Amino acid sequence: MNHATPLLEVEHLQTHFFTPRGTVKSVDGVSFSLAAGETLAVVGESGSGKSVSSLSIMGLIPPDAGRIVGGSIRFRRRDGSVCELTRMSQRELRQLRGNEIAMVFQDPMSCLNPVLTIGDQLAESIRIHLGGSRAAALAHAQRMLEMVEIPAAARRLGEYPHQLSGGMRQRVMIALALSCQPSLLIADEPTTALDVTVQAQILALLQRLQRETGTGILFITHNLGVVAEIADRVAVMYSGRVVEQGDVMELFAQPRHPYTRGLLACLPGRHHGSGAARVAGERPRLAAIPGQVASPLAPPPGCAFEPRCALAHAACRAAMPELADFGSGQSARCILRSPQ
Amino acid sequence: MQAFISTLLRRPLVRFGALTLCVLTVLAAAVPLLSPYAPDTLDIGARLLAPSAAHWFGTDEFGRDVLTRVLFGGRYSLAVGALVVAIAAVCGVLMGLCAGFFARLDTPIMRLVDALMALPDILLAIALLAILGASLMNVVLALAIVYTPRMARIVRASTLVVRELLYVEAARALGVPTWRILFVHILGNTVSPILVQASFIFAYAILAEAGLSFLGLGVPPELPTWGTMIASGQNYSDQAMWLVLIPGLAIVLAALSLQMVGDGLRDMLDPRLRQNL
Repeated sequence: MNHATPLLEVEHLQTHFFTPRGTVKSVDGVSFSLAAGETLAVVGESGSGKSVSSLSIMGLIPPDAGRIVGGSIRFRRRDGSVCELTRMSQRELRQLRGNEIAMVFQDPMSCLNPVLTIGDQLAESIRIHLGGSRAAALAHAQRMLEMVEIPAAARRLGEYPHQLSGGMRQRVMIALALSCQPSLLIADEPTTALDVTVQAQILALLQRLQRETGTGILFITHNLGVVAEIADRVAVMYSGRVVEQGDVMELFAQPRHPYTRGLLACLPGRHHGSGAARVAGERPRLAAIPGQVASPLAPPPGCAFEPRCALAHAACRAAMPELADFGSGQSARCILRSPQ
Repeated sequence: MQAFISTLLRRPLVRFGALTLCVLTVLAAAVPLLSPYAPDTLDIGARLLAPSAAHWFGTDEFGRDVLTRVLFGGRYSLAVGALVVAIAAVCGVLMGLCAGFFARLDTPIMRLVDALMALPDILLAIALLAILGASLMNVVLALAIVYTPRMARIVRASTLVVRELLYVEAARALGVPTWRILFVHILGNTVSPILVQASFIFAYAILAEAGLSFLGLGVPPELPTWGTMIASGQNYSDQAMWLVLIPGLAIVLAALSLQMVGDGLRDMLDPRLRQNL
């Protein structure tokens, strides 16, 4: 296997949706890469294009609503060959999905089919990709449930989703996703719908499974606390573009883009003694980024973050700045922060 | 399977419905062995007799035993109902699933459905029978064509809802082929409305067959069905109301008990409802 080529390489991906009111450029030139066994967190607020990026990788953009209009998504398969996901047919993609690329969704309460047992749902995916008898698939399913630390796995196989708690269902989803040992796992806000203690358990589980299987994880979230916990590298998205990316430690220590700084300042408890005023005896005020994301139908001509940026000036309105390299893998899309 | 049936029959209403259906079916099947009368032997001396020990449900205008005829009629009426439901369910489910799931097929299929539904049921059936010719099989065929659009419409509506649900997308993300998504994931979640609609169609089909027979377009008059019995008995209903009452009750009983069994089946097939049983 050639380890020089990354597991996943997304380059200048553009996914647009065509609505009666105009073209929505949900993802407009996103690039990132992910090595085997690595965790890349994609961070951004709602509408920043992070989920659309992941659906583009899976080939699950509904064809009547939108499509990938440009860029490339290269994926290194198990046999070492590199394939271009944007040019594959649905049939070819289906053989990859659930097999080499798997996905865990945000809401475990609605991700499992309510009328099929846990065992049937696990066995379905296993039999589609690995073949074999139903009995063998169910045995495999039970091993998967044990792997994701579900107690009394044998009994759970015969149960229906509504009989499980949210945390248990998310474990089942992870078992489903990992049942064919994918080399890439896309986790789309897998802990958002869970309460905090269960969140921590699920994150620990994902980290343990990653160590054991060497799966690359694309972790989509808006929770920077989770990012610090799990990610090796971070890509911050805003308005369909990556505005900053880099190593998680460096990015948290020295955010370059004003948006990243704003996001970090929004975290409660991070601004002791810093910019936020702390009046004696009062709690520090929660910082917020003023304004809201520009309408995707009428994006600003220049930097997408300019209308909300405290540092904006005339040049920001002229053109979208390019991603500037700051060395050691960190880059940001802001003219004020350019190294020169 | 045994556990399934015992849970199904736990509720008294479902038990009653299942029992009634079984009794009706067995009696209809075994009537030649049970009844001393034939359904079509005329006995003018015994015409329009009130219910008595010899004729439990009385006799009709030709002196034929009403009980025997009702049970013989059950053979045809129940068979017509069951066949119409089966054909309409299969065709309607297929059309509805395709129309709801594949956006491209939606318009052609649903316009056809709209066109069929624009005509009143009985009028459409009459027109179809005028083309096909009157026979028992053609009645079934015509009624199946009449009721397929109802099923298609209901299945399409449920499919439109279910196909947007996250577990369908999750199934796609797991590489589940489209046909399995349609027939396992979506169909499995539309069973409730299908069963409810099927039990309606069964009742409607029995009534519509009665209507068609009444108009002389349905089953040939020598075959007793519940519909032909009501139709011919109507002329004498002021002297012999049992002629209408008995086959009418049979229709009500069959439709009602089927509805109860349908309800029970629906609750059994939905795991969320089953736990309340």
